[in-house]
Amino acid sequence: MSEKKLMKGNEALAEGAVRAGCRFFAGYPITPQNEVPEYMSWRLPETGGTFIQAESEVSAINMIYGAAATGTRCMTSSSSPGVSLKQEGLSYCAGADLPLLISNIVRGGPGLGNIAGAQGDYWQATRGGGHGDYRVFVMAPYSVSEMANFPHKCYETAFKYRLPSMILADGILGQMMEPVEFKHPEIDPKNLKEPEWAIGVNKGRPKRMIGSYDLREGMLEKMILERVKRYKELEAAEILYEEKMLDDAEIALVAYGTSARVSTAAVKAAREKGIKAGLFRPITLWPYPKARLAELAGRIKKFLVVEMSLGQMVDDVRLGINGRAETHLHAKPGGSVITAEEVTATIENIVKKGARKYAVVK
Amino acid sequence: MYQGIRISGFGGQGVISAGILLAQAGMTEEKEVTFFPSYGAEMRGGTANCSVVISSDEVTTPIVSSPDTAIVLNEPSLAKFEPMVKPGGLLIINSSLVNSKPARQDIKVLYVPCNQIAGELGNAKVMNMVALGAFAANTGAVSVEGITKALPKIFKKLKPEVIELNAKALKRGAEHKLN
Amino acid sequence: MQLLNKNPQSLTDQLMHYCPGCGHGIIHRVIAEVMDELKIRNRTICIAPVGCAVFADKYFNCDAIQGPHGRGPAEATGIKRTKPDTIVFSYQGDGDLASIGMAEIVHAAIRSENITVIFINNAIYGMTGGQMAPTTLIGQKATTCPAGRTARQAGYPIRMCELLATIDGAIYLERTTVHTAPNVLKTKTAIKKAFQNQIDCMGFSMVEVLSMCPTNWGTRLDNPSEAAKYVNDAMMKVFPVGVYKEPQKQG
Repeated sequence: MSEKKLMKGNEALAEGAVRAGCRFFAGYPITPQNEVPEYMSWRLPETGGTFIQAESEVSAINMIYGAAATGTRCMTSSSSPGVSLKQEGLSYCAGADLPLLISNIVRGGPGLGNIAGAQGDYWQATRGGGHGDYRVFVMAPYSVSEMANFPHKCYETAFKYRLPSMILADGILGQMMEPVEFKHPEIDPKNLKEPEWAIGVNKGRPKRMIGSYDLREGMLEKMILERVKRYKELEAAEILYEEKMLDDAEIALVAYGTSARVSTAAVKAAREKGIKAGLFRPITLWPYPKARLAELAGRIKKFLVVEMSLGQMVDDVRLGINGRAETHLHAKPGGSVITAEEVTATIENIVKKGARKYAVVK
Repeated sequence: MYQGIRISGFGGQGVISAGILLAQAGMTEEKEVTFFPSYGAEMRGGTANCSVVISSDEVTTPIVSSPDTAIVLNEPSLAKFEPMVKPGGLLIINSSLVNSKPARQDIKVLYVPCNQIAGELGNAKVMNMVALGAFAANTGAVSVEGITKALPKIFKKLKPEVIELNAKALKRGAEHKLN
Repeated sequence: MQLLNKNPQSLTDQLMHYCPGCGHGIIHRVIAEVMDELKIRNRTICIAPVGCAVFADKYFNCDAIQGPHGRGPAEATGIKRTKPDTIVFSYQGDGDLASIGMAEIVHAAIRSENITVIFINNAIYGMTGGQMAPTTLIGQKATTCPAGRTARQAGYPIRMCELLATIDGAIYLERTTVHTAPNVLKTKTAIKKAFQNQIDCMGFSMVEVLSMCPTNWGTRLDNPSEAAKYVNDAMMKVFPVGVYKEPQKQG
């Protein structure tokens, strides 16, 4: 166990990736994630790794496509508009079964939006974002410590099931500082086995090909269905979530990232007012803990989804609950700060006043 | 114990470094802490502010929307943050630069001539430390010693004599107490 | 009986799909012969483009990767920087390299990535069916400029060797053609140099090869020499062959 260190979210994420074996980073500056490439620019050379400031996000993700194809633990990072630019490359990476780590330190959108923390990229992250049928393993940290420790899980999962992984955090998590403890032993990639699919120097083995296409009749379908088997195994084994004060709850808040922190405060405030509130926090956004929500909906009859977007994650919550309980929404788009006070007020409205089913806060 | 703090001033007044220092000091004293900066598009000369939370429990939201203490180092910051302070909370005003007086009667107000004291110490840059000293002495959220210990951890490139000067500024600030 | 020539080891047995009279097959063979002669097949990685040469990953008997349109030089960067012992070449057409991938090729040259780029310029989009390329000549017909390219409507053909020659990081740039046998041999010499530069860690090398596309040029398919004649009479006037940049001699 290492000593606690006060770190900025973005720097903790970068250091966490390096400790998890990342040896190649390519990225392009964009606020609020600039500390990630800045940190990598001096940290990676210390480990014998490579940092490149690419000419664009498009180029960065394709450098990652190349680096991942060699079996190297690699990473790119950006914020919303830049992650949009990376979607083409991400689709190719998914289509070529390449493991990698991409982080999105989400800001207000659409378009140039603003540089405040937001959660408006949930659909993009969990629904593919790029073209075609594919999945990305998505983790949502809610503290600087989780920013530091999640890259480890992302790489492990990405290499085990051969798919891209993403850390979806908002600008607040990227910019805030908190004490950090690195929980996983540091990984030296030299000690990792070279994957049996990686391209590189071939000492007499048959040639290897990395790619996402097959133009022969029915063969692409076959390729995708092979991949889906791995998706199913992943869905069965890798779902993560956290529950707080749900045992006796009459209302469950559902939130991830910074919204989950705000919701924790709101849950405490509601309990002080005599309302039995609790929090369900999905940690993996894909795969989403739908089955657990379905179980909870057996006894909790009111759910309140809190998100810094217009109502995106609420889709997954509704799919999980499947009509077995009321689903309410407290939504705040555009990178505006969401406060515990306003969420607490929404809880009171729902529980005490039986408020309407759908509430978008302006 | 929970203390939510907002520090605000011109860019260059050391608002951000003061906030990080407070968080580091709180962490060293075994408290839960968060620091969150405002990160505007402007790089120099604009206003800067940050949120710091020092708490005995898990910190939920890192953005302090109703601070227990607001430290305002320039005139525009007073107008912005005075209305946000919690009733019964503390407003520390850098009286060297802020001429206006707060209107609210339900908060405590402490005037500290930060620039003047820093000038007396011979380095205008330590004015933020004067304010932090006053904060520590009047809230007890962290100790002046705790902040002093945190100095070399945050300002790694500063020479020992400059660290010493910052420590002096903290002490001078701590001499200012609410009546 | 004496065997005078055989298939290079660096090509697979896969039957190529290229049209009669197309230049790709010739250039593939030239590259494969160079790989054999330099004995680098076991450490070479081919980056296949989007376009007619998309199946290049299957034709070269070495590790290969196929990725997004125009991003070959970025993929090459990721591969070469993580596996410096490999020999990486990006095989790109004119739409791939000079249109959608303009930023990637220019910046790979700026960084002087130690890679080899083979740029096939046939002044047309082949696989998609004969649309205008960034290198289509003024007056040349294409399905998206049926009356012939005009400068007023579509601007001018881009000369990549000349453009990249202004970049310090581009250390070797040569334009060749494969429309006659002597020129095929010259192309082979240039490509060999471009690979040798990478072996010697010299930096960014590119060979631009003028090539025929009888199918989409609308030249007579039963007479490939018509296409060869077009290279000679029209293309070479706009795209002069020759060396545009050479490594500075040491000492």
